[in-house]
Amino acid sequence: MGKLRGFMDHERRPAPERDPRARVGDFREFVGTLPVVGVREQAARCMECGVPFCHHGCPLGNLIPDWNDLVYRDRWRDAIDQLHRTNNFPELTGRLCPAPCEAACVLEINEGDAVSIKQIELAIVNRAWEEGWIAPQPSAVRTGRTVAVIGSGPAGLACAQQLARAGESVTVFERDEAAGGLVRFGVPEFKLEKRLIDRRVEQLAAEGVELVLGLDVGVDVHADELRERFDAVVVATGARVPRDLPVPGRELAGVHFAMDYLYDRARVVSGTAGGAISAAGLHVVVIGGGDTGADCVGHAHREGAASVTQIELLGEPPPSRPDELTPWPRWPMKLRTSYALAEGGARDFAISTTKLTGRGGRVEAIHWQRNAGEPPFELVAGTEESRPAGLVLLAMGFLGPEPELLAQLGIATDARGNAEATDYATPVEGVFAAGDARRGQSLVVWAIREGRDCAAAVRAWLDGSVGVKRRGSGVRNRLSGAQAPASGT
Amino acid sequence: MKAQGLYDPTREHDACGVAFVARLDGGARHEVVSRSLDALERLEHRGAAGADAETGDGAGILVQLPHAFLAGQLDLPAPGGYGVAVCFLPEEQRRRTELEQLLEQTVAAEGQEVIGWRDVPVDVRQAGTTAQLHAPRIRQLFIRAGGEAASDRDAFERRLYVIRRRAERAAGADLVVPSCSSRTIVYKGMLTAPQLRRYFPDLDDERFASALALVHSRFSTNTFPSWELAHPYRMVAHNGEFNTLRGNANWMGARESQLASDLFGDDLAKVLPVVRPGGSDSATFDNVLELLVLAGRSLPHALMMMMPEAHRSGDLPPALEGFYAYHGCLIEPWDGPAALAFTDGRVIGATLDRNGLRPGRWLETTDGWVVLASEAGVFDVPPERVARKGRLQPGKLFLVDLEAGRIVPDAEAKARVAARQPYGDWFARGSVRLRDLPEREARPLGEPLRSLQLAFGYTQEDMKVMLAPLAANAEEAVGSMGNDTSLAVLSDRHPLLYSYFKQLFAQVTNPPIDSIREAVVMSVQTLVGSERNLLAESPEHARQLVIDNPILEDAQLESLRAVESDVFRAATIDTTWAVDEGPGGLERAVDRICAEADGALAAGANILVLSDRAVGPKRVPLPSLAATAAVHHHLVRAGTRLQAGLVVESGEPRSVQSVAVLIGYGAAAVNPYLMLATLDELVADGLLELSPADARARAVKAIGKGLLKAISKMGISTVPSYCGAQIFEAVGLSQELVDRWFTGTPSRIGGIGAHQLALDSLARHARAYPGERDAFLPVVGLYAWRSGGEHHQWNPETIALLQHAVRHGGFETYEQYSETVNAASARASTIRGLLRFRLAGDGGVPLDEVEPAAEIVKRFSTGAMSLGSLSREAHETLAVAMNRIGGRSNTGEGGEDPERFLDERRSKIKQVASGRFGVNIDYLTNADELQIKMAQGAKPGEGGQLPGHKVDSYIAGVRLTTPGVGLISPPPHHDIYSIEDLKQLIYDLRCANPGARVSVKLVAEVGVGTVAAGVAKANADHVLISGHDGGTGASPISSILHAGIPWEIGLAETQQTLVLNDLRSRIWVQTDGQLKTGRDVVIAALLGADEMGFATAPLIATGCVMMRACHLNTCPVGIATQDPELRERFRGRPEHVTRFFFFVAEEVRRLMAQLGVRRFEDLVGRVDLLEPDEAIARWQARGIDLSNVLRAPDAPTGTPLRRTCPQVSPLPGALDYDLIAAAREALEDAVPFEGTFALGNANRTVGGLLSHAVTKRHGRAGLPPGTIRIRLEGSAGQSFGAWLAPGIELTLVGEANDYAGKGLSGGVLAVRPSDAAAFAAEQSVIVGNTVLYGATSGRAFFRGLAGERFCVRNSGADAVVEGVGDHGCEYMTGGRVAVLGPTGRNFAAGMSGGVAYVLDDDATFASRCNTELVALDPLDEDDEAALLRLVSEHAARTSSAVAARLLAEWGDALTRFVKVMPHDFKRALAEAVSAGGVGFLTRETEAAA
Repeated sequence: MGKLRGFMDHERRPAPERDPRARVGDFREFVGTLPVVGVREQAARCMECGVPFCHHGCPLGNLIPDWNDLVYRDRWRDAIDQLHRTNNFPELTGRLCPAPCEAACVLEINEGDAVSIKQIELAIVNRAWEEGWIAPQPSAVRTGRTVAVIGSGPAGLACAQQLARAGESVTVFERDEAAGGLVRFGVPEFKLEKRLIDRRVEQLAAEGVELVLGLDVGVDVHADELRERFDAVVVATGARVPRDLPVPGRELAGVHFAMDYLYDRARVVSGTAGGAISAAGLHVVVIGGGDTGADCVGHAHREGAASVTQIELLGEPPPSRPDELTPWPRWPMKLRTSYALAEGGARDFAISTTKLTGRGGRVEAIHWQRNAGEPPFELVAGTEESRPAGLVLLAMGFLGPEPELLAQLGIATDARGNAEATDYATPVEGVFAAGDARRGQSLVVWAIREGRDCAAAVRAWLDGSVGVKRRGSGVRNRLSGAQAPASGT
Repeated sequence: MKAQGLYDPTREHDACGVAFVARLDGGARHEVVSRSLDALERLEHRGAAGADAETGDGAGILVQLPHAFLAGQLDLPAPGGYGVAVCFLPEEQRRRTELEQLLEQTVAAEGQEVIGWRDVPVDVRQAGTTAQLHAPRIRQLFIRAGGEAASDRDAFERRLYVIRRRAERAAGADLVVPSCSSRTIVYKGMLTAPQLRRYFPDLDDERFASALALVHSRFSTNTFPSWELAHPYRMVAHNGEFNTLRGNANWMGARESQLASDLFGDDLAKVLPVVRPGGSDSATFDNVLELLVLAGRSLPHALMMMMPEAHRSGDLPPALEGFYAYHGCLIEPWDGPAALAFTDGRVIGATLDRNGLRPGRWLETTDGWVVLASEAGVFDVPPERVARKGRLQPGKLFLVDLEAGRIVPDAEAKARVAARQPYGDWFARGSVRLRDLPEREARPLGEPLRSLQLAFGYTQEDMKVMLAPLAANAEEAVGSMGNDTSLAVLSDRHPLLYSYFKQLFAQVTNPPIDSIREAVVMSVQTLVGSERNLLAESPEHARQLVIDNPILEDAQLESLRAVESDVFRAATIDTTWAVDEGPGGLERAVDRICAEADGALAAGANILVLSDRAVGPKRVPLPSLAATAAVHHHLVRAGTRLQAGLVVESGEPRSVQSVAVLIGYGAAAVNPYLMLATLDELVADGLLELSPADARARAVKAIGKGLLKAISKMGISTVPSYCGAQIFEAVGLSQELVDRWFTGTPSRIGGIGAHQLALDSLARHARAYPGERDAFLPVVGLYAWRSGGEHHQWNPETIALLQHAVRHGGFETYEQYSETVNAASARASTIRGLLRFRLAGDGGVPLDEVEPAAEIVKRFSTGAMSLGSLSREAHETLAVAMNRIGGRSNTGEGGEDPERFLDERRSKIKQVASGRFGVNIDYLTNADELQIKMAQGAKPGEGGQLPGHKVDSYIAGVRLTTPGVGLISPPPHHDIYSIEDLKQLIYDLRCANPGARVSVKLVAEVGVGTVAAGVAKANADHVLISGHDGGTGASPISSILHAGIPWEIGLAETQQTLVLNDLRSRIWVQTDGQLKTGRDVVIAALLGADEMGFATAPLIATGCVMMRACHLNTCPVGIATQDPELRERFRGRPEHVTRFFFFVAEEVRRLMAQLGVRRFEDLVGRVDLLEPDEAIARWQARGIDLSNVLRAPDAPTGTPLRRTCPQVSPLPGALDYDLIAAAREALEDAVPFEGTFALGNANRTVGGLLSHAVTKRHGRAGLPPGTIRIRLEGSAGQSFGAWLAPGIELTLVGEANDYAGKGLSGGVLAVRPSDAAAFAAEQSVIVGNTVLYGATSGRAFFRGLAGERFCVRNSGADAVVEGVGDHGCEYMTGGRVAVLGPTGRNFAAGMSGGVAYVLDDDATFASRCNTELVALDPLDEDDEAALLRLVSEHAARTSSAVAARLLAEWGDALTRFVKVMPHDFKRALAEAVSAGGVGFLTRETEAAA
């Protein structure tokens, strides 16, 4: 239903952000939502389209028009239920998703006018937590079947939650000291406060998900042992092998992969450890123009870097959607300015780094040349430049999952190095893969979607084969007698 | 011809001209016969001929036995002592002898005596070739009365009837006995009107005399040889159609087991079944009427039972009201347009259906003649000898009693019948009203609400899209755009059984009814209880329970269930089965339920409640429709159906469609308990801001209204006659299933059986039990696309690909689009998706030898989307694009801005729809094609409405209406109530623009092929078969989803029927309905289409994103909106559309190359190039069988499969050519012309061609006022003065028929009787029905009375008349009308603009005026001036005595007038005046002022 002409009566209002100059002084989140009235007005802009392109644009298939309407009609409790139908962790997507839904919104045909879906989503889930509407939903039935999930990123956790709610006994194995994977360590606190993850993990625990932290499957325990102990195994280890920069000087101190920097900073902020890599007082150069690079920029600001520069290999995209290349409702390849650059720093496009130089083994300068802006990135003669650089962060994307565990499990990889798992089942009996490990580096929405679909695939497989083959056999007896792996907390 | 493929001869329709002539003195004369035949010949234009122009559809005459003549042929007893059986016998000798012996033996067996046989002489050369080929041998058998029959004339008639029925039953189809009576005799055949008297020389014999003669000329939609189906039948000749036939015939069959008659005694068994199989609706009616009369009721009595007049309490004398109430307990109305002439040889008369949908005009002369005919002017009589003139009125009897020698007034005839018994008392004492039963507590739900909702397949959409609006607005929800989802049989989503049924609707051969504006004829009241012997009458017959609304709330059902008396007893039968039994349990449950029903009846129950309340974890509900229909047909077959009424108590029904289907298959009432409980939930959830009781009451009301709309689509006006009438076609059900449970329902592509239904029920049940905690209802996405939901052909992927293709992506992207669409359609959606091509074995032909795309695109047109539904920008973009490629765009029903007529923005196709918006002579003259829209895919059988806020000054200007005033399109064209009316409109349009091709748009449903054949015979050039899935700017959702069928079936049926009739060659066939790709186009061509229409696809090319908000005026891409701010957002360009069509054509070319066909025209009708795609396993599992669709008709080799030659023009010989020739100087140089001409009723549309000539030369302004003045004398044919152009004045001395002044476009009409007339003009009918329909400007003056629907949809003409029938000024939007005399009922229904002044001498007008939209006010000064002008001109032009009297005492006269003024119009005028404008009327009248 929605509000007739709501999209004409109300303007799009983005989610409010704290002043960039102020927010760089702390690590608290800086994006909020409008007050309830404002959010309802934003929801009133939704037209409940006959063909909701947003819903198609969302990898999770979020029922966007439906919960927009509920918010408009002030039925928040129903809205969170509707939102949770397709999305286990709206508090993650409401903060981290780039919102392809908004790019596909019918109002976005007039560029810049989309319903602020992401903000509404965030408002729904924030309110639901505040009101105490989000409670554990333990399954009333127990199937007695066991599933191991390796990796506690959004894919692993979504998969675990779906399985647990269906009555399966799920154990999640995480090699780091806390759950969340990239979302916990790769995403800065000021974009996502980690207490939110803790709260969600508590819900999972209350739903019966067992979490084993600090255990690196494949290193601390052989993968075969998991296969032996569990009816099914899900690999959700992410795609964490970073793309490197093969230029002279790469080996210098002060040149790091972005993710190493972000992990380190995350540990510093949470007060658990870290501090090995710091940008304080340095000229920082971030190579790579994506979100990871932006997060590095944001952290560098908060550390008090002398300067921050973000450079991108590709040329500068057009300022507005190029219809001939990426017409609505596709994701537009256009110029976007990250939150971090709003806080300060410079950026440049079509830059090919040619070398890094330094003294005493420590990087001091970066040298680059301009390129043609598109493959094969031919260098433009006479554009050589050098800049001072005390910290160089490589944020150029990821190549794929770490190969060791896959090898141990005997899972083949596809051409891009991802786990081969058509419909989530790997060729190895009872072993499944989901998330970035399967599809390669991607968005948090895709991770959740993969986790959910994988859970369904696991259940279907369990129903079809394991139920007969293993359930009630000696395997479970053996497991019940086995020592639980040590917890890392 | 037998049924083959999709053709079924039982679906033919007919309509006709009918007349009778009688002598009041009862004296038999040959002159009666000859003058009746003369009259028949003057009605010839109402009949039709087939492909063989000399073969008529049928003509006949019924007269009293011409004793003097017959006695001259053989030795006969005195009159009354013998009877004559007219026999159609086979030519073949041996069989004929057998049949003759059979007849003779039967005569003997019945105690009568054969006098002898007479060969009826015929002149076979007079008949057409086809008729000759099938001509029977006609012999008359003379039978002498024997035994008691010798002394009792009525007993002899019964004996003759028994002889006939026995012989017919024993013989089978090849014995036809057109009449068998001692009083009357029938001569008829497959002849044209003029052939009749030449074929039967008997008719010319001077001794061949009768005091009465009933004649008929038939127009059948298709011409398969049938001599039997010519009229008159034994007692009636009929012009019209009974829409409720299937139900009436079923109920009649069910009644037979209880028939008993003292008069017939044991003989009754010999005549059953009463209804002869294979008869038409008229024949069936005749069968039943004949039985009722022979069993002792008078002819008027029997007719009053079968065709009761519409009335509200208090309208009629109490005795008559009691008569109708009582007889409603005996028999359901036979409903549909009907002018029925009847006779038993002693009285002769005619009656008209309840809504007055057929014409009938009568006159009585001073020298004892009485004539009635479909038209005035068929009987020459000098004006001074005319004593009285009149017309048939809705529901009224016109009765001539030859024995009494006078015309018996309706009131007297009916009062006599009504007084026979104290019927009113019987009814009052015998019947019980449901609301008078003791109140009971509603039953609580036995199961959690959510579980029940899941078990019955509820979805979130049901709640939000259907139920919430239903209760909130007390109206069915409205949606827009077309239905692009899967057919139910192809859906994976366990659709409910209801969705396999498609509502049938009236098109061409009968009109849909406007259930809102003509609510006076509608009724939802139903009766339950045991019916008794139809042939008797007693107080016990009235023991029926009266239910005011067939949708019962829970407490009402409990009252009903608890009823327990010696009269009423209810039994509840469980309609669930045990889950443990699996799918097989469903059929066993049906058997059990039927057995329990038998048991309950045996135990005395007369109300059977079929209940699925027992649903729960272990019990799964049957589809409620399966249970209902199965019990209904079981009891019909068992002959016990009338012992009880069926009441359905089910959680399943929740929409108009579900309730309509249940009632259509026999339910008298429905208690949708879960829907009602769900409303409570919606209230609790805050989705409805109503009390629960209010929500339920409003939803019940809304479904009732929706139900009326559903039945009115088929032209049915009462629920009892809809009950069991099965006005549905099944799509996707197996024949076996249909034969068992839905007997008689067409189902033409096979489909699922009981097993699959059971699986679907179990799947729903499994979702509910064991339910997941807090389970959600599924979203499904039936109305709006949802990821993972129901398949939609238009989805984010296909829309985005198409838009990218036409903007930047080019043919490469188009190919991705078409592959996606074609693959998806194969996977999930449509019938064409199940087909594949038989590619040429030799690899086809090189692509460059195939006809170029630039030629192919000329066959494409865009759909009829009105300016008004579309923004100006979008509408013009489509027009420009189509003109650039040589295709055609369509104005839609909204007129066209004259500024576009001559440039690139013109639409070649100008639509003529029921609202006639903007249809004036200028619009018509500027068309290349004139399309008569009979129906629209998204809402066939319905009208439309454009709310006032959408009518801005531009739209109002184009539509020739007033800004801010809402506009209503009626469901029917008020000038097309039957096929001969369509023929007349086609003729009118040809006159208005002889150069334009005339097209008729139909919507696919069973029988559309026969309608299309009728269209071809009615002289159209082009027929469009639209699929059910066409788009709309606004329609009730049940119409979008549940009315009409896929075009593949409709087109195939059309092609097969046209080819079998050899009519295909003279008419172009077009199809449309969700066409999207070249593959769709090629399949359409192979199934028989020459041309294709597209609407949604080109809209999408211009930027439509299927918002489905067209009805909300909020289209965010500026297409379906008039909001200036939103219109600015429109980004479509003509190139987008032209690219799309070229891409489609290119895809077509590639397929043609593969098929080995070089020229497109060689694709048309080549069904042999198609075959079912066996690779698609899923639908095979569902039992779909496309062999009927792919059937090549058995026509002689060489019969054209496509249009090869033009129609023969009907125009040569038109009077207008004389007028044009005479007025040449006036036409060319505006030199004033005056002239006088004689005319007759065969001169139709006088002034049409002349107006075209004026407009062609002088444009819309026409000639200066009064340039051409023509006086005409005589009886004018139909459509007198249609679309008369400015500058022409026609004055008719005589009288005019229906549709006078249709579309009047600025000219002036006057009609008055001759000065010599003996009758009082103001008491006599001067013009027929539907006068000034769609008039846009000009003036008209009628001295005398007009018929029904005077000034219907007038938007600007001024008119004066001296009295009108029912529904005066209906839907009027502009102009001034003065009525100087009496009015019928329902005046001003749907009137949103203009003013009427009504002389209300006896101050009763208010009770006959429909004040929903209008107020009755005194006249103000402006009104008085305007009225004076009108009345003065009336006096001047017609010499009206009434006008003279009024003018003589004008001051006093003014006080007796009432002004009828629409609220909307008053407001709009006030606004316009305050805005500084003249504030009046249309752009045209403004310009003229």
